[in-house]
Amino acid sequence: MDGVTPAIRVEDITVAYRENPVLWDVDLEVPPGVLMAIVGPNGAGKTTLLKSILGLVRPAAGRVFIKGEPLSRQRRLIGYVPQRSSVDWDFPTTALDVVMMGRYSELGWFRRPGKRERELAMQALERVGMTDFANRQISQLSGGQQQRVFLARALVQDSEIYFLDEPFAGVDVTTEKAIVGILKELRERGRTLLVVHHDLSTLAEYFDWVLLLNVRAIAAGPVATTATPEMLAMTYGGRSAYLMKQEGGDG
Amino acid sequence: MDGLGALLSDYTVRTVMLGCALLGFTAGALGVFALLRRQSLLGDAISHAALPGVAIAFLLSGSRDPLVLVLGALASGWLGTLLVSAITRSTRLREDSALGIVLSVFFGIGLVVLVIVNRLPSAGKAGLSTFLFGNASTMLTRDVWTICLLGLACLICLALFWKEFKLISFDPQFAASTGLPERMLDTTLTTLIVLAIVIGLQAVGVVLMSALVVAPAAAARQFSDKLLNVVLLGGLFGAMSGIGGAMLSASMEKLPTGPVIVVIASVLTLLAILLAPHRGLLPDWFRHVASRRRIETQRILQALYRLVESDPDPFRPHDPNALQAVGLKAARSTLAVMVDLGWVEYSGERGWIRLTEAGWQEARRSIGGEAAT
Ligand SMILES: Nc1ncnc2c1ncn2[C@@H]1O[C@H](COP(=O)(O)OP(=O)(O)OP(=O)(O)O)[C@@H](O)[C@H]1O
Ligand SMILES: [Mg+2]
Repeated sequence: MDGVTPAIRVEDITVAYRENPVLWDVDLEVPPGVLMAIVGPNGAGKTTLLKSILGLVRPAAGRVFIKGEPLSRQRRLIGYVPQRSSVDWDFPTTALDVVMMGRYSELGWFRRPGKRERELAMQALERVGMTDFANRQISQLSGGQQQRVFLARALVQDSEIYFLDEPFAGVDVTTEKAIVGILKELRERGRTLLVVHHDLSTLAEYFDWVLLLNVRAIAAGPVATTATPEMLAMTYGGRSAYLMKQEGGDG
Repeated sequence: MDGLGALLSDYTVRTVMLGCALLGFTAGALGVFALLRRQSLLGDAISHAALPGVAIAFLLSGSRDPLVLVLGALASGWLGTLLVSAITRSTRLREDSALGIVLSVFFGIGLVVLVIVNRLPSAGKAGLSTFLFGNASTMLTRDVWTICLLGLACLICLALFWKEFKLISFDPQFAASTGLPERMLDTTLTTLIVLAIVIGLQAVGVVLMSALVVAPAAAARQFSDKLLNVVLLGGLFGAMSGIGGAMLSASMEKLPTGPVIVVIASVLTLLAILLAPHRGLLPDWFRHVASRRRIETQRILQALYRLVESDPDPFRPHDPNALQAVGLKAARSTLAVMVDLGWVEYSGERGWIRLTEAGWQEARRSIGGEAAT
């Protein structure tokens, strides 16, 4: 990794919601062009880590660099797929309209989305196989279809670095494979992707890098050498496990 | 209609109606955002919290200038909103409790100040008590102009930041991730909602104003799945309520405007909830019944077909009770529908039924269609 500016660099991030720290002194370097998973038990702070990298949660300490620069100057490089449950799907809007929202920041103030935005959005919908549902009200989509709409909205952002929070939650195998295909395609085109993932059985198949997280960053690196049974046990083994890691020095 | 004609030709009445229409439109349109952002209760707290602002503004300035009173209402309405979020952030109280506290404390203070104001020698002229339940007929031309000015300002602002407001209402996290100043936009939108409430206070009153924010919006939501349409319809329903209220209360003495406006808005909402084509309860119920009937007729048709499938005479009559053997119970009403459709006919006096030629074809089609999928 020497000499290459990491796509994402997180230095000593600590986040606490009330008194308890949710993330403790997390360091992370994501090399450009990798498809990286964040893995850890429920409540490990995966969503919180994404949000603090994106500046949606204010960390108590620590800094974030996107391609060597502070986030505020690099917003345009970022695409985001939030957890599906984070919005009200009964909102009066259509799938196409939601996808066009991905173009709003590029449009700038006072400009309305027009023909070009519509075309880009239709292309994105086609890539996720949702052309037929463009004009559906979003509550009339299944969970997997909603997830595809969110992905299309991120695609239309045409970003260099993507953040996805549990894109496979509640989707069937077909949709999961379709989404993975798109993520890999993005990686082939040199994009960097950081994805919260839950299913350890598909970890090696889908991803090339991984961060094991449980309040602390347990380990990060290529999947094959990082997601070892011992390391996973340490990640999922609860509090005593990472105290052990502390005593044993760096893993 | 003579009375109405006279009413409409009266300049004062026309002015008042214009004011009520515009404040109704603004409240209805911005109410949609309050509704979608789950701020309906906040609207109630804001309107109650505005009362002390109105009274204190009058007490300090000694004038009934609408702009001064609106500023007072705006200030204390805003203070109320800030307090609600401060309470939820720094204590363990949930938002609804915080809203309840702010609403009642501010309203209480407002009533006390109102009593003080009424004791003042100039109080008769002020007539601030109309701010409780609203009275459109107390509106002067300058009140109406103030409403028009602020209402239009609200709507223009809404149009200018339309796509941003839409985005932060649907997905604030995503909005913030793209670098939009989400907090600032959120504050601006809330301010517009406060403003829409405040300009209606004189006509509708602090007690009921939030209903004019929520009811037209809820009605409008029933009719469309496009935000723009919902907002325009919300505005329209609000304006209709405003005009209707102003007209009714002008034509009948001692009829307060606020309650009438709110009653009209509520009736509109009730009708919308019951009758709206796609989301209404009644059409929904009818669709449900119709689809159950359709499925039922198809199942019976298929069962009859199976009974006669291997029969050399497929039109041989059968006892409807024979259907029970295949686990189906043919209700008389369902059979009647099938007779109407010409698929089945009664044959003989025993109440037996048999497939018609059309029914036989339909059954084959129905079974074939299922096999194909
Ligand atoms: N807004 C909040 N206020 C207070 N605590 C919070 C908040 N959001 C998250 N937490 C707490 O922070 C911890 C980490 O939450 P986070 O959502 O980051 O976990 P996660 O790893 O994404 O979990 P999951 O796998 O369930 O999505 C949890 O213990 C959670 O209870
Ligand atoms: Mg999460």
